Amino acid sequence: MSFFRRFAQNRGALVGLIILALVVLLAVLAPFLYPDSPWRMVQRPFLAPGEMAGFPLGTDTMGRDVAAGLAHGAWVSLLIGLISTVVALAIGVPLGALAGYFGGKIDDALMRFTEFFQTIPNFALAIVLVAILQPSTTSIVAAIAIVSWPPVARLVRGEFLSLKHREYVEAARLVGQTHRDIILKQILPNTLSPVIVLASLMVATAILLESSLSFLGLGDPDTMSWGYMIGAARTVMRQAWWLSVIPGVAILLTVLALNLVGEGLDDALNPQLARQR
Amino acid sequence: MPYVSLILGRIGKAVIVLLAILVFNFFLIHAAPGDPAAVMAGEAGATDQQFLDDLRERFGLDQPLPVQLWRYMSGVMQLDFGYSYRQQMPVLDLILDRLPATLLLTGAAFVISLVFGILAGTLAAMRAKRPSGSIIMGLSLLFYATPLYWVAMMAVLVFSVMLDWLPAYGYSTVGAGYTGLAHVGDVAVHLILPALTLGLFFMAVYTRMTRTSMLSVSQQDFVKTARAKGLAPGVIQRRHILRNALLPIITLAGLQAGQMVGGAVLTETVFAWPGIGRLMYEALMQRDYNLLLGIFFFCALLVILFNMLTDVIYRLADPRIKEGVA
Repeated sequence: MSFFRRFAQNRGALVGLIILALVVLLAVLAPFLYPDSPWRMVQRPFLAPGEMAGFPLGTDTMGRDVAAGLAHGAWVSLLIGLISTVVALAIGVPLGALAGYFGGKIDDALMRFTEFFQTIPNFALAIVLVAILQPSTTSIVAAIAIVSWPPVARLVRGEFLSLKHREYVEAARLVGQTHRDIILKQILPNTLSPVIVLASLMVATAILLESSLSFLGLGDPDTMSWGYMIGAARTVMRQAWWLSVIPGVAILLTVLALNLVGEGLDDALNPQLARQR
Repeated sequence: MPYVSLILGRIGKAVIVLLAILVFNFFLIHAAPGDPAAVMAGEAGATDQQFLDDLRERFGLDQPLPVQLWRYMSGVMQLDFGYSYRQQMPVLDLILDRLPATLLLTGAAFVISLVFGILAGTLAAMRAKRPSGSIIMGLSLLFYATPLYWVAMMAVLVFSVMLDWLPAYGYSTVGAGYTGLAHVGDVAVHLILPALTLGLFFMAVYTRMTRTSMLSVSQQDFVKTARAKGLAPGVIQRRHILRNALLPIITLAGLQAGQMVGGAVLTETVFAWPGIGRLMYEALMQRDYNLLLGIFFFCALLVILFNMLTDVIYRLADPRIKEGVA
């Protein structure tokens, strides 16, 4: 069975993929649909959804267009989710590979280091990092990456431990390949499928983290994000519930879609496991 | 005495982690824009150079960095976490004042999530091939994907604003002056929404974990033997599968405890629950770095204590685990 057919057999994954595609489309089209800054006041505040033509989702406490914020926020969420995951992979994969491949003291030292980061409460660390380095897209990405790489390192280490004594690796060693070649060309490509599955789930977690940070007022002050929209609507929940409901549903759908896609990827990349379930 | 040396080893490890966090905190405060004196002067609302110089001298900021690090560490050893100029109180007093509320909230959320998570996960595993099992898993995925603070806000919207069943914020009714049992009941009513919303996400985690764990245990040989002996399915589920499936969940629960303290920041912010999470939010709003780092240290301390506790429980639950294996 082809990769995509296996993926599509999981109906939830297909739904997730469609939702995700729509969110990506919204994010990409945002600068064309709403060329103005989403921070601009465009109408009187507290317009309910559908109350006035041209503002299908209404306006917020400052008279800003909610639909424009939603579209621009999609871009921010996806971008931060993706970049911080890539950075986390860039930290976790090499550390895990080195620990698993060389074992012994290197493994011990690297795993102690990983354990240290796993012990520190994730979200509290992210808050402290962003608050002190000052909120900006860079500091948010850095904070999310710093709190999310340990599981990657553990996963890659485990894969390397189980793969490094396989025959093809022994063979590569026998013909005199360097450690670097064995790690990069022989073992690493075979660890890719679980890493891809983990990465898709990490993007989802990163989006949740980013939204939580912006909810607390730690978002990049120059970008409109979903978490910020909910945080700003908190005090007016009684008068204008939709201001917090709409961006919340957007986050929920995006994170849900990414989780579903992750499960589908897991089924498609590890067909034996899928059959057991 | 294997337990004594085990516990001593754990304590040694915990101390190292805490020391590392202190060093980390120290360098973080130095990474903040402006030196700590400028930050403190800003907090105290003063700007003149003389005051700044005084502060620098008083806190030894004119000393070389290693000396400063040593002073900071020995200060913490004497339980001196610095002073919060914004709140006009020592950081430690502020934190200790708020700690009980957080322990109550996270403790309640922990019990709720664990009990209902294991229950739902067991049901989902027993009905793995039936629609009811899929519905449980679908719901747990939904809770897993929902932002914690948003669930909290929606709970307020539905149960406080629309239905008016439960109080929307606070620890107890202001000015009611309840005492004794009435006070306990009052706090319990205020606790319901925050504890449920904080527990929901973790409940989803435990549900998924329990199901996976039970399904993998149910394929092991001793379960087949039990079936072949003709034991009743319910007995097998409870005494053979669930008991063994619970072991990895104890470990996971220990790890999740840290996330729960972090999640409490969001829940306490939404519900104005007077714990250290809410205090952290206040410190954030006021850029009160001394307080922020003090809370961070206490969060880590709580997590480490909790991890040690689950470690001991794990070893009591599974006597096969001897020292040196883990």
